[in-house]
This record gives sequence, structure tokens and C-alpha cells, in this order.
Amino acid sequence: MLELENVGYKVNGKWLVRNINLSIKNGAFWGFIGPNGAGKSTLLRLISGELKPTSGEIRFFGKPIDSYQSTELARLRAYLQQQRDVNFPFTSLEIVLFGRYPYLNGTKEADADIGIARKSLKRVEADMFENRLYPTLSGGEAGRIDIARILAQAPGLFLLDEPTNHLDPKHQVQILNLCKMICEQGKTVITAIHDLNLASMYADQILMLKNGISITHGPPKEVFNKNMLTNTYDISFNILKHPDGYPWVMPNLNCL
Amino acid sequence: MQKRTKLLLILTILLPASICVAAGIGAYRILPWKIPRILLFKEEAFPILLYVRFPRVLLAALVGSMLAISGTTLQGIFRNPLADPGLIGITAGAGLGASIWIVLVGGGKIGIWGLPIAAFVCGMFVTLAVWKVSEIQGKVHTVTLLLAGIALNSLAGAGIGLMTFLADDEQLRSLTFWLLGGFGGATWTVLLVTLPIGMIGLFLLLRQGLALNTLNLGESEAYHLAVPTESIKRVSVFGVALTVGAAVSAAGGIGFVGLVVPHLLRLMGGADHRFVLPGSALGGAILLIFADLFSRTIVVPAELPVGIVTALLGGPFFLWLLIRFKRQIFL
Repeated sequence: MLELENVGYKVNGKWLVRNINLSIKNGAFWGFIGPNGAGKSTLLRLISGELKPTSGEIRFFGKPIDSYQSTELARLRAYLQQQRDVNFPFTSLEIVLFGRYPYLNGTKEADADIGIARKSLKRVEADMFENRLYPTLSGGEAGRIDIARILAQAPGLFLLDEPTNHLDPKHQVQILNLCKMICEQGKTVITAIHDLNLASMYADQILMLKNGISITHGPPKEVFNKNMLTNTYDISFNILKHPDGYPWVMPNLNCL
Repeated sequence: MQKRTKLLLILTILLPASICVAAGIGAYRILPWKIPRILLFKEEAFPILLYVRFPRVLLAALVGSMLAISGTTLQGIFRNPLADPGLIGITAGAGLGASIWIVLVGGGKIGIWGLPIAAFVCGMFVTLAVWKVSEIQGKVHTVTLLLAGIALNSLAGAGIGLMTFLADDEQLRSLTFWLLGGFGGATWTVLLVTLPIGMIGLFLLLRQGLALNTLNLGESEAYHLAVPTESIKRVSVFGVALTVGAAVSAAGGIGFVGLVVPHLLRLMGGADHRFVLPGSALGGAILLIFADLFSRTIVVPAELPVGIVTALLGGPFFLWLLIRFKRQIFL
């Protein structure tokens, strides 16, 4: 569904991302991991079409991504940014309805759009916040409203930049379960994520980045090995096994 | 009916009512409900209404709605509740343009079309400048925005001062008359020059509600939802410069209308720009009609500059906003 061929992105003479080759299949759950500044967000924004690659090509369903119209693209992929700031008293439902923008063609939301927005709120268990003002919500609550918004956008590809930030364990698991469910419906999820253990539990495929270069990619069981992690994060790790069989990664505090 | 539709309907009824009330009050009193008859049958007070009251009240309404809608638009595109054409220097920039026209080009006579066009050009230049200065990686930084506003306000102020210095006697008279601001000089000519410019501006700005809403998520998110962010910004800057330029050339610098009105509307009916934009066009008109009424009736036979009235109203309101939002914004 999505192919990256030798993709690089350069700003002010510095490569933020370089030589990325990746083939992403429909229904896959990818986790992009790596230290701060490794290029995870940049890569997501390249895939979304917001940034244009300096070198290489990104193909979406076999067509170069810049050959799509913006509305067409907005119906095919959604992107959730790391930080959001809304300074005006919009209600949660209104924020979720923004996800319907690509379907409105400049007209008023139809009842069907409002129905879709309500259903999306229900899926993240935030329907009780429907009329609450978004700026008054806690970080976790607002995070769920944002997820509901991209659900309302109804794309085939979800690009999420740290969707579990600011969420308590219950809602982290809830959001990632939701992502898993989305994948089971044949849609694709790519998420940049810092929590290695959540990545290990949920992602089918991991891409490990450092300094904009792909260190390795593959299923968590292959990617999460001691040497690879130590080289990438510059601290040493112990790797155990989660009772459910996932690799469980623990940083080793004494070896900084 | 939806609450917002109701509010807009109420404002739509209030506007002509306010026009009639304000047109009736003055040295010669006319009862508001008699005004339609007087106009229709050209009864006794007809000339007063036609040549004195109506140009003034209608100009106040037009300027009020232009200032309010440009305030709403600026707050929308800057995604910042403290943006206002006066605070961030656009009004002063337009004023500088008008002064330059009066002193260097117009040769003392306030050119009918030249004045608003000069105000528009300088206003647009300042809008772009304040934007470029305060934008950091696609986000407009509040503190920088207000500081840039201070800088541009004082620069434009210095420019206007320089024009006053360069002006000869006759130019100085027109300049001072215009700088005092207000609607004392309202005539049908001024109104008919301001009206088409204002209508183009209002037409451009009123249509952007849906996109401005979505832009509130941030430019990057709006891009991913296929909002044409660049064209929205261009149209906004153009429309704001047009309306503020027309308002300033017609009535001088009148502050705070663009700040106060959108906030009042958001308090009443929420943040949806499809409500706030038309609502502030109506509300700004009503507010300035009454501010002008107050300014011409409170110290009869003299007149209080209307800018003082709006500042008395807007100053405390701005302080209240600062206190209310400081935790959210200045972190």
C-alpha cells in the first residue's frame, strides 16, 4: 500500500531523514521508535505528504503521493500531531466534526456527519464530553477527543505521532487497542512511539531510527535485542519476557 | 431553532432598530418608530435625517462591522484571542498610509479614493510584517505578536508624527481633523466611498468560517484535513487590510471594537466562526452606533472622540481577558 524508496529529507544542509526504504502493507501496525530527534515525526510528515522528500519517492497505492489532490489525500490518510493547542471555546463534538472537513465541500455538516462524529466519540469512550469545551479538558481527555477526530476522518491510513502521550495506562491501552482494531478492519496504523514496551506489545512491525537513518526494521521479537537497543539509545538494556510472550525492555540504570 | 441561529436573528433585528434609535436622538428629537414614515413621506424632519443623522449612523455601523469582522478574522488566523487590528499595529499602519496620502500626495485635499487605498496598502504591509515577525515554525507566538504590535504601533506613530511635522497649514488642518477620528465628518460621499470597499472585504471574510474553524487545530493539522491554509491566510490578510484601511480612512483609529465584539459573541454562542463572523459584523455595527451616539450626546454641544468611548469600554475588557487567559497563553 505504501512504499518508501530511498527517501531523504534535508533542511539547511542537514539530513533529518536519509535513505529510508520501506514497504508497508495494508492492515499492518507499525511502530516507529528511536531517541528524541531521530526523525520519527519527520518521517511521518513525509509519509503524510506535508513535507516533500528531498530525495527518493513515496508511493501510496502505487501512485506518487504528490499526485494526489489534497481532499483525496485527506480522505485516505489522517495525521495526528504531537502537540495541539486550541485557544477558542469549541466543544468536543465540534472538534471531532473538524475531521469531516474533507467530506463537506464547503457546506454545512449533514446529520450523517454528526452521527459519525458521535460514533467516533463513543469509540474512545468520550461521548460524555460531547458538550464540554475542548480547552477545559485534561490532557488525557483531549487526547481521546483528538483520536475521535481522526476516526471521524475515516481514512485507510492512520499516522499518529505519540498518541499515548499524557495518557494514563488504561487510556494508553484503550487507544492502542483501538488502533489494533482499526488494523483488523484492514486499515493501516503507523505510530511514532517512545514507550518501547507498548510498541513491543502492539506493533507488528518496528522501524528503529537513529539520526534519521533506519537502524533496522522487523517484528518486535527480532528488533528488540540488547545490542541494537544499546547502540540506538546509548544506554544498556535488559530484555525480559512479558507473561504474554512479548519482549519486555528495561533500561539498565547503572550503565549510563 | 438552534441557539446560534436565534442569536443571529436577534442581532439582525436589533441592527435596524439601533439605527433608527440612534438616528432619532440628537438636538432635534425624532421618535424611532416615526422614522420609516418620515423617510417615506418626506415629512418635517426629513432633511435632518437624510443629511445629518443617517450618513453618520450608517457610517458608524459600517465601520463597526468592518472592525469587528477583521478582529474576528485576525484572531482566527493567528489562533490567538488577543489579536486585534489596533493592538497589533494594523490600524496605526493604515493611519500612517492615510497621513502620507494627505501630506505627500493629496496636496491637502483628502482624496476620495486615494485615502482608503493608501490606508489599505500600508495596513496590508503592517499585517504581513507583524505576521512574519511573530511566526515561528508555522505557529504565531502570542508574546512576540503583541511585542511586534508595540514596535509597529510606535513606528507608525513616529511616521504620523513626521507627517504632522512636514505638513503645511492646510494639510495640517485636514490631517488633524482626520486624526481626531470619529464620525463628525460623515457625509454620503464618505459613506459611498467606504461602502463598496467594506462590502468587498466583508464578502471575502464572511465566507471563511468553516475553514477558519478547522485552521484552529493548527496549520499542520488543517493541511492534513485538506484546508487550503495558504489561500485562507492570503484572503484574510487582504480582507483585513481592506476593511481596516476603509474604516481608518473613514473614521480614524478606533480601538478595541475588533477585540471586544468577537469575544462577546463567543461567550454567547460558542466559537464556531460560521456564527462569530456574521455575528460580529452585526454586533460591531450595533456597538459602534451606540458608542458614537454616546460620544455625541454626552457633552453636548461638544463631542467626545468616539475612540475614547471604545477605549473606555475595551481597556478594562482587555485586562479582564489577559487575566482570564494568562495561564493558558503565557505559559
